[in-house]
Amino acid sequence: MASRLWKALVVLVLWAWGALRPRRRARARRREVDPSRRDAGSPAWVERTLLGLLAAIPLSCAAFAVLYILDPNTQLLGLALGAALALLAAALILAGKRLLPQETKVEERPIPGDRQAVDEVLEQAHAATDGITRRGLLLGAAGAAGAGLTAAVAVPVVALGPGIEDQLSRTPWHAGRALVDEQGAPLAAAAIREGSFVTAFPEGADKENLDAPVVLVRVDPASLRASSERAGWAPMGILAYSKICTHAACAISLYRAPLSPSTQSRGPALVCPCHYSTFDVLDSGRVEFGPAGRPLPQLPLSIDAQGTLRAAGPLSGPVGPSWWGDAR
Amino acid sequence: MSRRSARDPVEFVEERLGGARGLRFLMSYVFPDHWSFLLGEVALYAFVVLIATGTFLALFFSPDLGTAVYHGSDPALQGQSISSAYASTLKLSYHVSGGLLMRQTHHWAALLFLAAITLHLLRIVFTGAFRKPRDINYFIGVTLLALAILEGFAGYSLPDDLLSGMGLAIAWAVAMSLPLIGGPFATALWGGRFPGTSVFESRLYIAHVFVLPAILATLIAVHLAIIMRQRHSQFPGPGRREDNVVGTPMWPAYALRSLGLFAAVAAVLVLMGGLIQINPVWLWGPYHPYLGTNGAQPDWYLGWLIGALRLMPNLEISVFGHTLVPNPFFGGVLFPTVVFALLYALPWLDRRFISRDPARHDLLQSPRENPRRTALAAAVFSAVAIVFAAGSADRMFFQFGFGYEGAIWFFRGAFLAIPVAVFVITRRICLELAVEREHPLRGWSGRIVARDASGGFAPVDAGSTISEASDHGGST
Ligand code: FES
Repeated sequence: MASRLWKALVVLVLWAWGALRPRRRARARRREVDPSRRDAGSPAWVERTLLGLLAAIPLSCAAFAVLYILDPNTQLLGLALGAALALLAAALILAGKRLLPQETKVEERPIPGDRQAVDEVLEQAHAATDGITRRGLLLGAAGAAGAGLTAAVAVPVVALGPGIEDQLSRTPWHAGRALVDEQGAPLAAAAIREGSFVTAFPEGADKENLDAPVVLVRVDPASLRASSERAGWAPMGILAYSKICTHAACAISLYRAPLSPSTQSRGPALVCPCHYSTFDVLDSGRVEFGPAGRPLPQLPLSIDAQGTLRAAGPLSGPVGPSWWGDAR
Repeated sequence: MSRRSARDPVEFVEERLGGARGLRFLMSYVFPDHWSFLLGEVALYAFVVLIATGTFLALFFSPDLGTAVYHGSDPALQGQSISSAYASTLKLSYHVSGGLLMRQTHHWAALLFLAAITLHLLRIVFTGAFRKPRDINYFIGVTLLALAILEGFAGYSLPDDLLSGMGLAIAWAVAMSLPLIGGPFATALWGGRFPGTSVFESRLYIAHVFVLPAILATLIAVHLAIIMRQRHSQFPGPGRREDNVVGTPMWPAYALRSLGLFAAVAAVLVLMGGLIQINPVWLWGPYHPYLGTNGAQPDWYLGWLIGALRLMPNLEISVFGHTLVPNPFFGGVLFPTVVFALLYALPWLDRRFISRDPARHDLLQSPRENPRRTALAAAVFSAVAIVFAAGSADRMFFQFGFGYEGAIWFFRGAFLAIPVAVFVITRRICLELAVEREHPLRGWSGRIVARDASGGFAPVDAGSTISEASDHGGST
């Protein structure tokens, strides 16, 4: 049975293959076959068609030029130039396949592999060291010289980068820093509602800095599952997490906020649109799904007397992707 | 052209440089006819279109991240602070005559360039064209593929729109994930922590318009020179031997046909550039590190890398509170390294383990003639194809509503299971085909039965003819 199935499959594949190929390749005949041939001369319609095709090309090109000057519309320009090229392609292929003499030729293939030449080269190469006694030492010295030069030439690469440590571990967040929106206006705690998703920055800092952006979401404080040390980090249930994905630095711009009981089976989560790392909002930014290897750093919040959101400390961990040797 | 007027320039060159012999060699160079040999030519011609359109674009693009407030003609972007790179891309799309046509043609040509290279690679692998003496040219080809991917990525990262920024963020994280040198390396390349400084944009620009194209062009030239030196490989056929090439000579018919292919490639690309929108950067908006968008997809040839990044479970190796191997390493570095290592090792693997045949081969094999190689290659490519498909799991969610997390688990399973199945099935099909030889629907595959005196039927020896069979039937 199985072998029947196989046969059927094979027949199907072969049939498709055969249908695609109009003629079966003739079986290899005897070795002496010489397939060279030459057919010249072409039917009259070929030359007529060619003339027509060639005559249409300048028209199409002229249309392109006129359009370019009068109305450079992308679609029409593309059509005009594309048509000229397509006509040219048709003309060239027709001429190549029907007008010109059709030849099949046999060319000898040069097969290199002259052992004697190899021997001669090696002999000549070795002859260079005739009469030199401290061959190994000299070679070693030359190697050292080469390595030294290479290293010296490579040194300017250092000019490329500033030191990595301060670059990667500077942070604009510290206790008391106010949170502002994209326009720089302070953010009031009351403005953050359940289900909303707000991007905030440290007041006065460079917004392009990876450490800067955080997202603000609000949940029912009773639903939080954070550890006791993070107990006071989310006043009124408002949580702030770094907006930069710990997987590969994309901005986390999706918020899964279950609003109706039917979608309540899973809690609110921050989702990165690049590889869909999903971070649990209620549980300290734990990775719930996706490739990110570290939780999302959380920013402890406080609310000042005016009701404005402020940082209550630095972010809970390094922002963005990890690298070899970084402190987690 | 009369014989006389053609004589002068040929003579001119011959008397000074002696080029007539070379010209004669070129004109009688023989191309074996097979459609699959055109894939490499398509790639070559796409590259020519890329150079032509790219040169035009370079006249108007400004690789500068300095920002200014936008007051151009796009109402959606009014008043936003955008970089010169993005602004000049908008300007060349909106205001330079034919600018958008060139930009879109350039982008389509890049997609075609990589598609043609990839199909060409498949042809080479499945027909054994990478074997000695073509192994040397095969290495160049694989290198061309790797560089072309880099070149394409550099290109669509230049305009500083939202998608290029998101792609660069991931590239930065992948660079950071390199063992040992990741942090300093990425920081040095970007001129600081991502998004880096303006020096990064100018480095990217020089890489895209000069360094990589120059290397690509050089390697393409060497690739072609080696082909001409060794002559084309060919499929077996009448009169075709290891030590000859049978086909159409370059002059006159093949040259015209090939130029015709060039014109056809250019025509298709220009028509697509004019009629089919691609990468409308004005819709994505400018990039800022704190912005992202959902459902973003890279150019197709990076699909396998985004797929690998997405499929990887959240493993990150660390010791004593310090990271050793960040997660993007697995999908962004390890996976492509393994795939390319396999590609580079293929000639050696084939010689040592798969075909166990170190001899020189100028005749190609049909995939069925080497079931083991065909099945192994199909398995490896199917694994890559699955990872590629996984890269679009989010699109499947948007289009068809397949749950994303379930899809990812499905693809993780498929990545392990499908290649095995592909190996078994491909091998079996090849073996069957090799046995059948003749087309089963066209060749004789029936059985002769004979009716005996009692009215029953009995099969007859395959070797016997009908008349023998009837004799046989009559004697009982
Ligand atoms: S960058 Fe966020 S999941 Fe990869």
